Amino acid sequence: MDFNDTAEEAQFRKKVRDWIDANAPKELEGELSRAAFGTSGITSQDPLAASKSWQRKKADAGYACPRWPKEYGGAGFSPIESVIWSQEEGPYAALSAQFTVGHGMCGPTMIEWASEEQKGRHLPPLSSGEEIWCQLFSEPAAGSDLAGIRTRAQKDGDDWIVNGQKIWTSAAHLASYGLLLTRTDPDVPKHKGLTMFFLDMRSPGVEVRPIKQANGRSGFNEVYFTDVRIPDAQRLGAPGAGWQVALTTLMNERLSLGSAISVGFPALLDYCKRLKLDGKPATDNPMVRARLAKFAVRDSGLKYTAFRAITALSKGKAPGPENSIGKLVAGLTMQELAMFALDLQGQAGVVGDEADGFFQTLLMRAPAIRIEGGTDEILRNIIGERVLGLPQDLRADQGMAFRDIPTRGHD
Amino acid sequence: MNFAFSDDQESLREQVRRFFADRCSSAVVRKVFEGDDAFDRSLYKEMAGLGLLGATVPEKFGGSGMGPLELCVIAEEAGRVLAPVPLLPSIYLASEILMKAGTDAQKHAWLPRLASGEIIATFAHAEQPGPVTKSTISSVVNGAKLNGTKSPVPHGTTADIAIISANEGDNVALWVADLHHSSVTREELATIDPTMPQARLDFADTPVEPLSGTCWATIEQALDHAAVLLAFEQIGGADKALERARDYALERMAFGRQIGSFQAIKHMLADMYVAATLARSNSYYGAWALSTNTEELPVAASTARVSATEAFLLCAKNNIQVHGGMGFTWEAENHLYYRRANALALALGSQSNWEDRMIGKLCEAAAASEAA
Repeated sequence: MDFNDTAEEAQFRKKVRDWIDANAPKELEGELSRAAFGTSGITSQDPLAASKSWQRKKADAGYACPRWPKEYGGAGFSPIESVIWSQEEGPYAALSAQFTVGHGMCGPTMIEWASEEQKGRHLPPLSSGEEIWCQLFSEPAAGSDLAGIRTRAQKDGDDWIVNGQKIWTSAAHLASYGLLLTRTDPDVPKHKGLTMFFLDMRSPGVEVRPIKQANGRSGFNEVYFTDVRIPDAQRLGAPGAGWQVALTTLMNERLSLGSAISVGFPALLDYCKRLKLDGKPATDNPMVRARLAKFAVRDSGLKYTAFRAITALSKGKAPGPENSIGKLVAGLTMQELAMFALDLQGQAGVVGDEADGFFQTLLMRAPAIRIEGGTDEILRNIIGERVLGLPQDLRADQGMAFRDIPTRGHD
Repeated sequence: MNFAFSDDQESLREQVRRFFADRCSSAVVRKVFEGDDAFDRSLYKEMAGLGLLGATVPEKFGGSGMGPLELCVIAEEAGRVLAPVPLLPSIYLASEILMKAGTDAQKHAWLPRLASGEIIATFAHAEQPGPVTKSTISSVVNGAKLNGTKSPVPHGTTADIAIISANEGDNVALWVADLHHSSVTREELATIDPTMPQARLDFADTPVEPLSGTCWATIEQALDHAAVLLAFEQIGGADKALERARDYALERMAFGRQIGSFQAIKHMLADMYVAATLARSNSYYGAWALSTNTEELPVAASTARVSATEAFLLCAKNNIQVHGGMGFTWEAENHLYYRRANALALALGSQSNWEDRMIGKLCEAAAASEAA
């Protein structure tokens, strides 16, 4: 048992470390390292320009999109190489926030379902950051129950005409293209009447409006479709097979292998060491120590769970189901940790947190972490059903035509 | 990155699991639980025959000469089946202490007999309720005679020898004593888990022999060491309690459905899985620290300990909850896991002590890295 690289891994690590050392925007390192969750932290220059510039450099050197094949502008890394890459990229990975959905979800879906010609046209500029993509799945009335979406696509000659509304779309305001899940047949059960497309976000009838979030920021959008025309050639998969295509995308969403999500424990420990309670460091207080311990074991448990996954990858095996706990643990922990940091200050916690607002920012962002990309409850269902083998809950809409599914709790 | 047990260690696990499946059914656990024997001597002897007791003991002292990782694997499997044998006092504590701090003569005298299961040893440390600190140790050694009281002492009634913490002058040090000596009075104590019996030991001018160069740090190191091994028993128990709950959730019907289809049950089980997974990863960290003898051992051991305690307690109590009324019967085995989970949680000092120790060590480590 050890944490060492194999000889090949060490060689690979040195190569990428040297390249990153020579090419990364070091002037941004401080800002990126101090950024609170959900922010890039960059104020000294235009964050999008900084992101695009780093992405372009990586693409030119063959380091963009680690898992994609080289022919589409990816790096063609093995799973373990891509883990090493992300460890070495470190704080600069935060520059890729606006590309995450495109690179992690839309790209892999295109690789699996688009024509060669479409892949040749769209994947290289997506990889290099020249074009940003978004994923148009969630709707106001369909989140966890994603197959309940209502945005309609109707065939009209060689085109489809789309009407409806999407929500919680990251990067839609920056995106050139989007992956769009639509309902094409409301007369069959909900999973069977869906069809996937990709579309040009500059098409007439597409309107993007930022959502003002509960924390006052705007990282997501609503997207409205009014008679938007999409050529049939931009359909991915057969009409009615949209759910299978969506599963490709969603599988990739949960495939952030080997990267432990940082819950902010080192920041909390540091903060508690500096904070004085009764004239002494908060870390001297037994109550504080007991609470810190609860956070410490979760932080460490996530780290070493990721190490177990990396070990599997290093041996060329698939990681086990333990990987499924990451976001569930991290989301809850971040929220509790932020609340605890403020609690330590008593009444003063409401106005400041003695850590440049780090914990207040985390507190106000935390509710979303527990919802986005699978709610805590959906993640527990996944663990219960796919890992522990428990049966699904009863579904009241099982086998029912989509149009007959009740849509209101009260009439 | 090689943060996993090796193929050889995994095949040892399979071998030990098969052995326990064959030799340590719930009937065996229950026989000790309800009977007069402190532990299952024939099971213990057979474990010795397979080289499991002396896993980490060098061959020249009658052991199998394997390493701490192998003992972690054995501990996990023993924990899964609630093996009613004195691994904690005799192997994880006394044998390991003798290997670290025994004189050559003591090692020759005791290690072969401990590894063969011919005798068992215990570690007599606590004297009163609450955290054990230097100032709570009032047992005294004068002229190689021990006076004082130790309670509770695991397997104190049946142990043949004990490693004992006691003051000599200003120093708390470790001593070894023959518990069959007439100066030792032993009283069996009632405990929540009779498969891990406890006793009160009174020493009146009991002859003792010092180990070599021991002090408070030796004791802390021994407790860290045992904490990692015990964490593996705990994750074994946690996994088994989770499996039992899962199996029942699949089998039991209510309102015309398997109860595992209800999210109230499913989410409880998911939370158990999460705790067990975190605990396993943290215990691997502890195992790595044991096997590399790193300075990180105090942090790693307390992290493994706190996490594994949390997981086994959660899984054991929720296992009863999932079983409903059936779970609270004497006949069902669920209370055996509940008892063991709670007994192990207290076995090396309480959860709050280990939490306190972990944060103290993390602060020290952070201060050291700032200074460097």
